[in-house]
Parts: sequence; structure tokens; C-alpha cells
Amino acid sequence: MSVAKINLDELNNEALLVEEHESMISIYWGRLKRHRLAFISLIVLALIILGVAIGPLIMGQMTYYNVQKDAYVNYARDTQDLQSKNVSPSSDHFLGTDELGRDVLFRLLIAGRLSLTISLSVVLIQVSIGIFLGAVSGFYGGWVDSLIQRIAEFFIILPALPLLLTLSSILRNVRIPGIPPEWSQSIFIIVILSFLGWPGSCRLSRGVVLSLRNQQFTEAAKALGMSDLGIITRHMIPNALPPIIVLATLGLGGVILTESALSFLGFGINPPVATWGNMLQNAQTDMLTAPWKALIPGFFILISVLAFNYLGDGLRDALDPRLKL
Amino acid sequence: MSEVKEKKVLVEVKNLKKHFPIKSGLLQRTTGWVKAVDDISFTIYQGESLGLVGESGCGKTTAGRTILRLVEPSDGSVIFNGTDVATVSKQDLKKLRQEMQIIFQDPYSSLDPRMPVGESIAEGLRIHTNKSAEERYDQVVQMLTRVGMRADHAKRYPHEFSGGQRQRIGIARALAVNPKFIVCDEPVSALDVSIQASVLNLLEELQDDFGLTYLFIAHNLSVVEHFSDRVGVMYLGKMAELATREELFRNPLHPYTQALMSAIPIPDPKQRKKRVILEGDVPSPINPPTGCRFHTRCPLAYDRCKVEEPKFVDYGDEHFAACHLLDEGKPSQLPDMNK
Repeated sequence: MSVAKINLDELNNEALLVEEHESMISIYWGRLKRHRLAFISLIVLALIILGVAIGPLIMGQMTYYNVQKDAYVNYARDTQDLQSKNVSPSSDHFLGTDELGRDVLFRLLIAGRLSLTISLSVVLIQVSIGIFLGAVSGFYGGWVDSLIQRIAEFFIILPALPLLLTLSSILRNVRIPGIPPEWSQSIFIIVILSFLGWPGSCRLSRGVVLSLRNQQFTEAAKALGMSDLGIITRHMIPNALPPIIVLATLGLGGVILTESALSFLGFGINPPVATWGNMLQNAQTDMLTAPWKALIPGFFILISVLAFNYLGDGLRDALDPRLKL
Repeated sequence: MSEVKEKKVLVEVKNLKKHFPIKSGLLQRTTGWVKAVDDISFTIYQGESLGLVGESGCGKTTAGRTILRLVEPSDGSVIFNGTDVATVSKQDLKKLRQEMQIIFQDPYSSLDPRMPVGESIAEGLRIHTNKSAEERYDQVVQMLTRVGMRADHAKRYPHEFSGGQRQRIGIARALAVNPKFIVCDEPVSALDVSIQASVLNLLEELQDDFGLTYLFIAHNLSVVEHFSDRVGVMYLGKMAELATREELFRNPLHPYTQALMSAIPIPDPKQRKKRVILEGDVPSPINPPTGCRFHTRCPLAYDRCKVEEPKFVDYGDEHFAACHLLDEGKPSQLPDMNK
């Protein structure tokens, strides 16, 4: 009896043939879709972003009856109507008006633009600084590592809220020339929050890189003559990215909250420029007579922070290769 | 294995040392040294494969890495084709990296999990040549087919492959820059036996096709016997014996080599062979024994072994060994424990 010679590698190849090749991204996408809360959150966030992006454009084309001016006027941020202050929701003002008779819905959408832009920029800057410094820190070790980590620790121990309050009260009257004042305020807020927040992603990426730097593919890259910077940017950072993405998503909600808290206390973006936080500030005095002014921005803060958190949760599961979903 | 005809030295290792500092305490002061590789010298001829064997922790892998200067040597020199790898400048080292490559033991950690394997293979080309993306891809495909994989595998990620396939990809990556010398760091230890054979055969084919020279690091003596032209035996950071394969397996001079040989399993229950069992463990390389490092476990050790370090001497036909018994012309054969 003769036994047929089996080529093992051919068998392996056959097995691979059956399995359709999937890119990393499509695998992650499939896993994320199976996380129901995260997927719903993604849709909610997409709707909010779409709403604040195009909502004001549509409303800008619409008119309403302004009692004070006795005319039909456009919805616009600073259009006041002192004769219809704190009006409850109606067909002219779907979400009512505030203490100066401005349309709450319109302000809400405009505010959303600013709040979301600020939080996205802050997180983007935080993460870029953090991931790079963390990768350098973990990759080189030694005194470079100690130096970067001590600096990171210094930023961590800074008492965030008092510092923010002090800084923003110093900077509130400083203007960057050539750009609108609300932008210049936002830029200060973005810079301050970014510089306070980078140590988190720095530590995370350092941890990942520490575990990667002793893997053999790092040594292989070195053996091929790749520079340290090349190894960090081509091998370390792409591998550190998934946990950082999760951290960043969770951070987005946090930044919205911090910005709201600052604005609520009057140290963030100043009225008349609207953010979700300072809309709440004006609302507290009329909490009982005009509750929509507090509830509606509060609801949007709640929903977006929750959605970012669930999305982060879902991404954590989706991006973890060890977890079989 | 091709017979080595004209013996041209490709790599010459002279008194190579690698000592790792042990740091402790608050100030991270150096409190001791791990002497992973402690003064080894040997030559590798062009076109041969030199096997390097020894127990775990004896410094074989560190030796391989120090030769490629993946870790900085503490002392000594490695002359590769006339250049001293140990002292060459950063720029020249980068050029030299094309000529010396390494294949790793663990196929699971030797490929970047987030990079398609084709890109991993093309990495060397990206660093050393100005080829366009298409040219690189063509060469990647060529390399993949050469190691027995398919062109469309280039776009896949490492997790989609088996261990043997990954090892082939690692080989393709090393080959892509067209090296002369490859350090194979236990390339088959992590693989199934059936896959081991196919990877070893592939390495042999490639040696013939590309005229490669191998430093083959292994702890499996049967694999080394199958694969190497000459074999070096290491013990605790030192070279114990070095000879051609036939000579070493027929006539092991150093007691440690004899003990290693007797540990090779023979797949025949009836056959009896000489049996030597060593007592104890390999001592720590932090405080290695004085004199001959093997004296704590050597059944034939005597006074001189404890104080004087034996020299690594040629006992004829390039059969090197480091043992005082040989130096004094006494028999160095260990007694058979079967009797």
C-alpha cells in the first residue's frame, strides 16, 4: 500500500484560499457593528455633527416674526427680540427663546459647532503630542524616558481646574490679532486643554512601545538598517494607535465637559458667542420659568458625552485582536 | 551542502565580548555584569554554514546579535569582508546592513502585526534602493514565490499565516536586500517537525542559489548535524569546541561536547550508546566559575581547571577545543554511565 505524498504547504495555501482576504479596517468595522450601543452612538454622533454642520445653514434661509422689530427676520446668532424673552417653544421658536429673545435652537446648533470643534481639536493635538512623545520615551528608555515621563508627571499633578480658571482669566482679554475674538478665545482654550491633557496618551503609547520594542520585528527593522525615527513612525506608532484611538474617543466627551464647565463658570468662551456650556450659565437664573434653556443644551452635552463614551467602549472591544466577538 | 573548495574568510570574529550591566538601587548603579559572550573567536568561510550550539542561556543568540551589531559589542572585533563591524560608522553600518541579515526564532513576533507582509518584505528595498512602489512590489512577488508563497499573499497580514509560512516570509524579508551573510537564530525551533524540514530545505536551496553564508544558531544537535559544515559549541559565553561537522560528531574532544552528543536521542530502542549525565545546572553568567567554566560540572576536572582558564587551541585540522586535559595530552573522554 502506498501513501500519497502530501505537500503541507499546499494544504496551508488551500486553506488560505477559502478564507476571503479581509483588510484590517473591514474586520474592525464588522466588529464595531456588532457592538450595538457603540453603533447606535456612532449614528447619533453622525446626526449631531451633520445637524450642527448644516442646520444653521438651513435656518439661515428661514425667517420668523420678530416682535421687537415688527418684521420677518432671519434666524441669526445675535438677532435679539427683547419683547419675546424666555418664550416657550412655539412654531417660530421650536425650542423657545432665551433671556434676550434669541432663538435657542439656532444658538444650540451654532454652539455645537464650537463645542465639537474645540473638543476634536483638543483631542487631536493631545493625542499627536502624547503618542509621539510616548513612543520616543518608550523606544529610547534611559534618561530620555525619565525626562519625558517626569515632564508628563508634572503636567498630571497640576491642579487642572484652578489652573484653567487662572489662565483663562489672564487670557480672556488677550486677542490674537487678525482673527475674530471668539476664535482667538477658542484657540486659547484649545491650547490650554491640549497641554494639560497629553500625558494620558503619552503614558499609554509609552507602555505599548515598551512591549513592542523588544519584539523581533523591531530588531528586524534595525537589522535592515532602518533609522530610529523610521522604526518609531512606521512600526511603533501604528501599533500603538488602537488603544490611543479608544482613549481619544473617551477623551472627547471629557473635553466637552471641561469646556462646558469652564464656560459655565464664565471662564471659557464669553457670550454672545454660544457654546453648550455658556448657554447653561445664562439658563440657571430662569431654571423654573424657562427650563428649556437649561435642559436642551444639557441634554446635548449628555447625549454627546454618552455617545462618545459608548463609541470608545465599542472601539476598545473592536480593536482588541485577542477578543473574539 | 556544497563542499567548501577555496576557503575565503567572510567573517572573522576576534575576542568578541558582550557584557550586560546589572543596574540596581535608586541611583541605578552598575552592580555587576552578565557576561553573555566572553571572549570568543572564530572565522566563518564564504559559502559555508557554521552551526553554533549550546544550552539555553549560553550566549549563542547574543553572539549572533553582537556579530550583526544589533547589540553593541563590549570589546573585540568582527571583520566582515575587510570592515570591522564593531567600530564602523553609522552611515557605513547602514550600507553594511544590506550584506548581513538575520532570520529570527519566533515567527509570531518577527513580523509587524499591523503591516501587510508585502510591505515588511519591501522594507529593506525602501531603505536601501530608490525603487518605485511597482518595482518594489515586483521584487516582493519574486521573493515570495522564491520562498514558496503566492503573489497575492503580499497584501495579507501576518495573522493570516501559519508559523511555517511566517518563517518563510521572514526569510523573504532577509533575502530581499540580497545579503551575503545571514544569521539564522534558531530558525526552526518554534516550528512543527514537518515544517522544520521544509524550512531547512528551503534554506539549503537558497544557500546554493544565492551563494549565502550562514551562521546557524540552534540547540537541536540533529538539526545542526543535518545543516552545518562546521560546528561550534558554546558554554557559558565561551567557545568550548569548534570543528568540522564530521570531525565533531565522530570525535568530540571537549567533555562538554561529549555530554551534549550523548543527549541526542536515537530513534531506535534497541540501540545502546554511550551515556553521560551531567550533574547540576549551568552556573550563572553573572559570576561565572573561575578557571575553566565547565569545571563545576565536569567529571574529569582537576586542580588546574579551577584556577587556570584553558586556551582555545587547534588540535589539528582546525579542530579547536579549550580543555587542559588535551593541553597536557591526557585522555579527555568521559566514562560511559551505561556500564
